[in-house]
Amino acid sequence: MRHALIAMRAIVLREALRFVHQRERFIAALVRPLVWLLVFAAGFRAALGLSISPPYQTYITYETYIVPGLCGMILLFNGMQSSLSLVYDREMGSMRLLLTAPLSRTWLLFSKLLGSTIISILQVYAFLLVAWLFDITLPPLGYIAVLPALVLGGMMLGALGLALSSFIKQLENFAGVMNFVIFPMFFLSSALYPLWKMAESSELLHDICAANPFTHAVELIRFALYVEWNGMALLWTALATAAFMAFAVWGYDPARGMMTRKG
Amino acid sequence: MSLQVSDLAFSYGSKTALDNVSFAVERGRFAALLGPNGAGKSTLFSLLTRLFVTQAGTICIAGHDLKVSPLAAMADLGVVFQQTTLDLDLTVRQNLRYFAALHGISGRVADRRIDAALERLGMAERAAEKARGLNGGHRRRTEIARALLHDPKVLLLDEPTVGLDAPTRAALTQHIHDLCSDTGVTVLWATHLTDEVLDSDQVILLHRGRVLADGRCDALRGAAPLTEYFAHMTGASA
Repeated sequence: MRHALIAMRAIVLREALRFVHQRERFIAALVRPLVWLLVFAAGFRAALGLSISPPYQTYITYETYIVPGLCGMILLFNGMQSSLSLVYDREMGSMRLLLTAPLSRTWLLFSKLLGSTIISILQVYAFLLVAWLFDITLPPLGYIAVLPALVLGGMMLGALGLALSSFIKQLENFAGVMNFVIFPMFFLSSALYPLWKMAESSELLHDICAANPFTHAVELIRFALYVEWNGMALLWTALATAAFMAFAVWGYDPARGMMTRKG
Repeated sequence: MSLQVSDLAFSYGSKTALDNVSFAVERGRFAALLGPNGAGKSTLFSLLTRLFVTQAGTICIAGHDLKVSPLAAMADLGVVFQQTTLDLDLTVRQNLRYFAALHGISGRVADRRIDAALERLGMAERAAEKARGLNGGHRRRTEIARALLHDPKVLLLDEPTVGLDAPTRAALTQHIHDLCSDTGVTVLWATHLTDEVLDSDQVILLHRGRVLADGRCDALRGAAPLTEYFAHMTGASA
């Protein structure tokens, strides 16, 4: 057990060190949601009227509405990016090294996931801080209550990236998958528009959005930011995390998955 | 036997990569896994390091069957991969600390072992340098030092001299031979370069997924130089 914890700490620490060395990544991760918040949202505010729906108790501006979605966006992009780096050969090398450690693969992958999730969460808080400077504020307790939601959401998206990385042979294919995963996941969710608004234009799209695990991760974050409970979103996110994690473990199983097909 | 491989077979779909491979290496021996490119060396290494699971046959590392007790087997195994697996943005010491932790070694014990391993490889004064700043030879030494941190009983090296200049290559080869006789670690060294093999080494000649010959180098080659023997054996069966 001690061994497992020492290894986990080292894996998390390594992710953190790597992140510190890639300052551009941090800036990029911060600029992306800020552009959405400060440019996109400003433009859409006029076009989109939002009525009161839980967890909001008053009329809200569009900027306020998309903050949880943009938190989700940071987790989504980070989750995918850290697994994208796994596809690079150099990373494959360090992945090989990691997998030769005398610990169970599930534990090793879980530790890696935890490391990248912690990095994502730091970025989310940096984003919330900048949003706060622009007067988009949340209940003070919300900043704390959102932490478990961010952990779970980050783990879910990281596990998805990890699962995808195990099934993709080349980086070129990965770019394609990104297009078919990141964008649909983001746009077919409640990140940018509430689901009831979606239902007005298309029932089918609404149903797809409602089934999208990213929607539930965003809703979990949204409710947590306002210190409210959303059991349904929690359940969905937890189930999706377990499913993606199972896929990742299966993909990195030595008997199958990327390694064998790579040879 | 420190390393025992019996009746190992592996195929990628319909393409056979290893066919009925068996060999054993005694404790403290330097065994050269000699084979041309495409002989199946990398596949064998992937199986030995549990990156792939054996489809048929067994692998025993320091007495642990890789299928039955994989974690115990991996704990006794040190690996130097063909491609660099150092984190270039981290220092030599940080790289080694990370690896030590993966094996459950931390704190002062880790530092002591890191110092000893770096000292052995003549890398002590570079501990604080970033891996990116090291030349190819020093990167390799760092990786070898790293592979020795947890006192493995068996050390695997997959073409460790690829891309190194001749003097560095010779020094590294000599070093691992010394390591073998000094510490009693069992070494399996994959290569296609015959000049890395000494007469007293065990040679396992792998070609097209099969073991063509297995024995002491001088006994195998007879009067002919190893290069000639190697060319003859691999050419003859082509």
